[in-house]
Amino acid sequence: MSNIEVNGRTIEAQPEDTVLAALRRAGVRIPTLCAMENLLPSGACRLCVVEVEGQRNLVPACAFPVTPGMKIKTHTPRAVKARKTIIELLLADHPDDCLYCARNNNCDLQRLAQEHGVRARRIHGEKIRRPLDASSPSLVRDPDKCVLCGRCVRVCEEVQAVSAIDFVGRGSKTHIGTAFDEGLNVSSCIHCGQCVHVCPTGALTEQSHVEDVIQAIAAGDKHVVVQHAPAVSVTIGEMFGLKSGADVAGVLTAALRRIGFAKVFDTSFAADLTVMEEASELAERLTKGGALPMMTSCSPGWVKFVEQFYPKLIPNLSTCKSPQQMMGAVIKAFYAKQAGIDPHKVFSVSIMPCTAKKFEVSRPEHSRDGVADVDAVLTTRELAQLIKMHGINLKELTPEGADTPFGERSSAGKLFGATGGVMEAALRTAHFLVTGKELDANFKPTAIRGLNGIKEAKVKVGDKELTVAVASGLKNARTVLDQMLSGERHVDFLEVMTCPGGCIAGGGQPLGVPLEAIRERMQALYTIDKEDTLRTAHQNPSIQKLYKDFLGKPLGEKSHHLLHTHYEVRDVA
Amino acid sequence: MMQNDLQTASTSRIDAVLARHPGAARDSLIPILQEVQEAQGYLSEDAMKRVGQHLKLPASKVYGVATFYNQFRFSAVGQFHIALCRGTACHVKGSAKVLDALKLALKIEPGQTTKDGMFSLEILACIGACGLAPAMLVNGETYANVTPDSVRAILHDCRKRSAKNA
Ligand code: SF4
Ligand code: SF4
Ligand code: SF4
Ligand code: FES
Repeated sequence: MSNIEVNGRTIEAQPEDTVLAALRRAGVRIPTLCAMENLLPSGACRLCVVEVEGQRNLVPACAFPVTPGMKIKTHTPRAVKARKTIIELLLADHPDDCLYCARNNNCDLQRLAQEHGVRARRIHGEKIRRPLDASSPSLVRDPDKCVLCGRCVRVCEEVQAVSAIDFVGRGSKTHIGTAFDEGLNVSSCIHCGQCVHVCPTGALTEQSHVEDVIQAIAAGDKHVVVQHAPAVSVTIGEMFGLKSGADVAGVLTAALRRIGFAKVFDTSFAADLTVMEEASELAERLTKGGALPMMTSCSPGWVKFVEQFYPKLIPNLSTCKSPQQMMGAVIKAFYAKQAGIDPHKVFSVSIMPCTAKKFEVSRPEHSRDGVADVDAVLTTRELAQLIKMHGINLKELTPEGADTPFGERSSAGKLFGATGGVMEAALRTAHFLVTGKELDANFKPTAIRGLNGIKEAKVKVGDKELTVAVASGLKNARTVLDQMLSGERHVDFLEVMTCPGGCIAGGGQPLGVPLEAIRERMQALYTIDKEDTLRTAHQNPSIQKLYKDFLGKPLGEKSHHLLHTHYEVRDVA
Repeated sequence: MMQNDLQTASTSRIDAVLARHPGAARDSLIPILQEVQEAQGYLSEDAMKRVGQHLKLPASKVYGVATFYNQFRFSAVGQFHIALCRGTACHVKGSAKVLDALKLALKIEPGQTTKDGMFSLEILACIGACGLAPAMLVNGETYANVTPDSVRAILHDCRKRSAKNA
């Protein structure tokens, strides 16, 4: 521990601290743009400059190490003016589009300009225009709003190990681009949307389906139904001033009915279905032989990652569709029939914490006879917009029960929202399928819970001891895969979530939230599970009924047709 | 040559370059790109992808680095490769207007090649022919004191020569 002096006040700093880290811990706020939590500083934007006694020039706090006894001044007129000038320079090459921008009122650049009292365009310069890239099914890139902070490039490389984008060109031609400046749709982008989370401006946004949904409801000739994912109900409240982690499934259902959806389904029910199929598949691979480790397949970014970077491991991916796609298939193939509606007349919407789900629905395997399993995907952010547009305030609604054409979910399905949740839910059922007994108290799931990027546990299933591993964030997944391939690590069952933390931190979730909120969302899911009496998919009577009335048995002919899929090797740059 | 033969020829040229750098790492990226450009005349997408695979670098990185340096071009040079000097002396004598005239006449930017493959355009830093400013090279042959009008005439002349040889 070493003391440093900040604005005349003594604060404690750790020896390894950067000035920024020490300031943050002491609650002293300075603006940053390029600095990223848990990644090495790049020192590119220089917005974080402060005065250090003995240094002639201002120093970037994010890249400057603390030394004991150093004296720092954070908000001298000189430092503030330097920051303001940087902001003015950024604005000189920025469209004045706030009113039309997805990030209006939630934009770092806008906030910085506001906080620094930028009131006039002092610096005039040429505005460099580059075409919008709307080629991707999940994201839109607007280079005109880009301030070249590099955060998207870094998250794509250092957190997701994808590197779909990089700095291209030099000087005034510098921009963020894909390999060969092609559309994002043909690049190695896996649609995770983590770049949207770190982008300080409106340069990166999701491909919006709000208008399609409104049109479908208004047209009146379609039966418009909606499903919402496990992570959504523990998140959406935050966008209406409710405490993070509050489970608002009841009022969410009420809101969706008011907006005009004919039926409101809970994707967690389909997650139970996924558990049944996936646990059966694991049991079959373990007993009859098949590619091991089996790898989960519910996170579409991860699936594309395997297809393009580890094609040899495609046989290891579970053939199960994701809960979204299972729900979509069952809605059109079973619910529609039961309700006497032509599947062509059903418009099926899903609400997901994820931008990659927009890509997933566009995969040709997820259509049958020209009918897509799911027609439109809204992110949690778009859901908030839809609710607000309808003048609805979640705080004022009374909770309503979900439509249950398929019956209730178990709490195992709800766990899908957090990293490790699919594993835990699947193990409960796989254990039962293999041994005929419930997974007992001897298995402590703590090892596969929590926000660590790589988790591992041993679990006894009958006379076999399985090694299960859980990774979230594809850099972590890559580490596990490479260790597996080199023989350094043995795994029997691997869960991977594309986004660090799982769906609760998905690319479609509210922007600019602290890690604490993500922890609270996770806690909410485990609380739901703890308080529930129905905690496994196989004990779910509604699931049993769906198999009895329609599907037959797990891995049966109907399941094969509706609930399973296949993958393709992808050659991307 | 048929398209396929062309492709095979360029593939083996890239192979030859990569074979000279076994086990190379990221710091060899620029020298390798230079050799590929030497061998191929430019950097094709395929070449950049292959270099990336060889060095275990994503193609976006290879492309990002390559586009950072003016020395690399991304399309094959045309039958007539035009290099305009943009050094200080040429600038003072009006090379900017000449460049505009070339871009307008050819409908390409520096670094690009016309669709018919006839012309490619490049700008050079001072070529040391300041006495001839503004100076321009066509396939290495120097033209002095060029103006928007004279370059249009030069382009016209090139087209005529090409038609005669065809
Ligand atoms: S990115 Fe921010 S500053 Fe730029 S137009 Fe959008 S809201 Fe305004
Ligand atoms: S969506 Fe994910 S993979 Fe695609 S560019 Fe953004 S961070 Fe990279
Ligand atoms: S797109 Fe956004 S995150 Fe990426 S460099 Fe531009 S402003 Fe930064
Ligand atoms: S935040 Fe420190 S240089 Fe950008």
